[in-house]
Amino acid sequence: MAYTEEELKKELETKEYEYGFYTDIESDTFPVGLNEGIIRKISEKKDEPKWMTNWRLEAFSSFKKMVEPEWSNVKYKKPDLQKISYYSAPKQKPKYKSLDEVDPELLKTFDKLGISIAEQKKLSGVAVDIVMDSVSVATTFRDTLAKKGIIFCSISEAIQKHPELVKRYIGTVIPPKDNYYSALNSAVFTDGSFCYIPKGVRCPMELSTYFRINQAGTGQFERTLVIADEQSYVSYLEGCTAPSRDENQLHAAVVELIALDDAEIKYSTVQNWFPGDKNGKGGVFNFVTKRGLCHNRSKISWTQVETGSAVTWKYPSCVLKGDNSIGEFYSIAVTNNFQQADTGTKMVHLGKNTRSTIISKGISAGKSQNSYRGLVKVGSRAKNARNFSQCDSLLMGNNCGAHTFPYIEAKNNSAQIEHEATTSKIGEDQIFYCNQRGIDTEKAIALIVNGFSKEVLNKLPMEFAVEAQKLLEISLEGSVG
Amino acid sequence: MEFKEKLISSYLAFEEDLDLLDSVHQNRAKALKVFEKKGFPSKKDESWKYTSLRALVNFDYALFPRSEASIELKEVKKYFLYDTDTYKVIFIDGVYSPFLSNTTHDGLDVCLMSAALTKPKYRNLINTYFNKIASLEESLTALNTSYTKEGAFIYIPKKTVAEKPIEIIHFASGKEHSLWLQPRNLIVVDKNSQVQIIERHQSLKDHPVVTNSVTEVYAHEEAFVDYYKLQNDLTSASLIDNTYIQQAKNSHASVHTFSLGGKLVRNNLRYYHTGQHILSTLKGVTILEGRQHVDHSTMVHHSHPNCESHQDYKGIFSERSEGVFNGQILVEKIAQKTNAFQQNNNVLLDDKATVNSKPQLEIYADDVKCSHGCTIGQMDEEALFYLRSRGIPKKEAKALMTYAFANNVLESVKLPSLKKRINGQIARKLGVNLGFEL
Repeated sequence: MAYTEEELKKELETKEYEYGFYTDIESDTFPVGLNEGIIRKISEKKDEPKWMTNWRLEAFSSFKKMVEPEWSNVKYKKPDLQKISYYSAPKQKPKYKSLDEVDPELLKTFDKLGISIAEQKKLSGVAVDIVMDSVSVATTFRDTLAKKGIIFCSISEAIQKHPELVKRYIGTVIPPKDNYYSALNSAVFTDGSFCYIPKGVRCPMELSTYFRINQAGTGQFERTLVIADEQSYVSYLEGCTAPSRDENQLHAAVVELIALDDAEIKYSTVQNWFPGDKNGKGGVFNFVTKRGLCHNRSKISWTQVETGSAVTWKYPSCVLKGDNSIGEFYSIAVTNNFQQADTGTKMVHLGKNTRSTIISKGISAGKSQNSYRGLVKVGSRAKNARNFSQCDSLLMGNNCGAHTFPYIEAKNNSAQIEHEATTSKIGEDQIFYCNQRGIDTEKAIALIVNGFSKEVLNKLPMEFAVEAQKLLEISLEGSVG
Repeated sequence: MEFKEKLISSYLAFEEDLDLLDSVHQNRAKALKVFEKKGFPSKKDESWKYTSLRALVNFDYALFPRSEASIELKEVKKYFLYDTDTYKVIFIDGVYSPFLSNTTHDGLDVCLMSAALTKPKYRNLINTYFNKIASLEESLTALNTSYTKEGAFIYIPKKTVAEKPIEIIHFASGKEHSLWLQPRNLIVVDKNSQVQIIERHQSLKDHPVVTNSVTEVYAHEEAFVDYYKLQNDLTSASLIDNTYIQQAKNSHASVHTFSLGGKLVRNNLRYYHTGQHILSTLKGVTILEGRQHVDHSTMVHHSHPNCESHQDYKGIFSERSEGVFNGQILVEKIAQKTNAFQQNNNVLLDDKATVNSKPQLEIYADDVKCSHGCTIGQMDEEALFYLRSRGIPKKEAKALMTYAFANNVLESVKLPSLKKRINGQIARKLGVNLGFEL
């Protein structure tokens, strides 16, 4: 029987979330609520130095003066920040020396996620830092990395062991006052990853962080800080899942990247938080602030595959401060059922001869809304800045929406900026053409969707491409060949 | 006293010689309340993000000219489309000038808003059309509505082709030290009819003048409306133009905006559809210098299937000038087979020139073809080199390329004499004489 777009649509609508299980691990959870006491307690629990506690409190005091922004093209019920528990950690916590010591229940969780740590360690050569609920539970491959001088650990450990680096760089790219959710994160962040690549070192393997929200009634507030010193290179991967719950869970992370002179950072995200069920109930609110700072001749490249979350609201950005620096943004955002995404990027050109590329692909199905919102800004001193942006949207069915809100600001006459956007559905003529050549409709749709997102998929590191493919399959199963 | 307060307190004086029980006046009173509540838009409003009115409204403008000014024909003849016979509705400092005008009631009505508002024979038209598509919420439109008194009123009955183009010109004589004008136009084009309209605002002396104009245009079934806006005013004059267009099935409506002058110009252009197979065209050429600022804010609301819209705005900015383009295409779920296109190309000639562009698509229907493109760049060096290697001096070569750049918009101007006029203006602006017509 011929496979039609109708059927694909139906399949998309009924497809269930595969990672929606919940692992029964005893955990140590704080009472709900947000106040100075809780923040002090988090800091105390993590045995943080005084400057860190003060930094958190300062962030909290500016947070209290802020109101939640409303300008985005998404509708949701604002999360009640007083009803969230800000700290939750698997109870059998102490440090693990090797994988054998890890709680077997926990290992099972990761097996289910298809990221068996042991297996990963052996087969794919990816170093993984895993953050469950609020606390980093395992970091693999640390010794191999340490030999090269690379620091890859949880941020709480970095605060203990490398306070000078953390103190110097934390909050420099995204100041706590930057926005409502970054202020909240700065006040209550519980863990996250920290990575430092020393001068001239090329990181021999992909570094990876895996986030999972497990407990009910908790929020996830992690903080990632990646510093690539002069002439170094690192490729960093990030993945995430959460159990299926009726309530909306909040994920408000902050990611800061710093690429010093001649350094290169490649940051890839495969975001697969629980998107809510097919009636739009539950799901994760993904309100993340991500920004990278480029010094001279450095390069930051963001690649993201967004398939999950009930509401996504994030703009991984590049501040091209140094001369000859390069920013890139490649994104596929797939929304289905009642998901909403308002995502895009900001490219701020400040240095001379800076270049940026934006490729954004949106696929909307079901009753979802998918928006691209981006800013390309060329400062008056940014001579010869160059930007190319392309935003394509694919609509499947008549109940979804695709929107484009690009902001382009040029203050220098030598700037060259191009922006293109198109919105269409899978063309009947395209399918007809394929049919004509003996490709059935199912394969044809697969081919077209695959071709549509190929530019971005190609940018993912090999080790991750497999997983990204898998995630795309969840959202568009039957269509990706 | 702030200017906003002055506008509100002067309202009593304005009301004095009006019929307060009239339904039109209820519109006015309601609109004033909206303005009182909202005030002038600030940069905090998303749609005014790149244009600040603060400096503009921080000034004490005269609202009503104290004495009637008169102008000699020879003084202003050059502003008319003199080599073509036209209907003319001319205002001096906001007051109708019968001496300069050429109105008609023969087969079609080209006359005054004040007449239409008061004469019983127009009552039906006013009740059906007045203030029906102009925004009730937008504060500047509301301000204009509250002071509705004068402007042009054009009614083209069924199956009528307006043989002559219609010119609407507002002169500011400079008799007042400063002036705030609020003309209100209503244009109704009935089934199977056609009309061409040219609008311009011109100051004769460099006194501060701000015009906050609202125009409502209704294009009925199979109607053709071509509207040309010439904005080449002195740098002391500013313009806020709010144009609302409603189109019925099979109608074509086009608006061409040529922004070559003025201090601050804001064009709010809104299109609404009530039927299928409509064509909406929005085109503009902007050439600025000095500290001029032009902001094009467009919106095409596709609410019916099988309609088309084309937007094409070209901008050339030198010195410290600033250009803004804020275009929106909204496609409702029901508007399948929509074909909407939006393009904004800009050339920056100097270091300090700025362009802010925000082309937006908001699409809720799946079977549509919507695209937009936006570029910011410079003149193609290679093309310039090619021209110069053929012996064309740099200045002329640049001018040629500017023409070529703007030509897409110019070529769809249907009135030959107007096209020639605009070509001449662009040449003058660029300081060259190419010796041939394009």
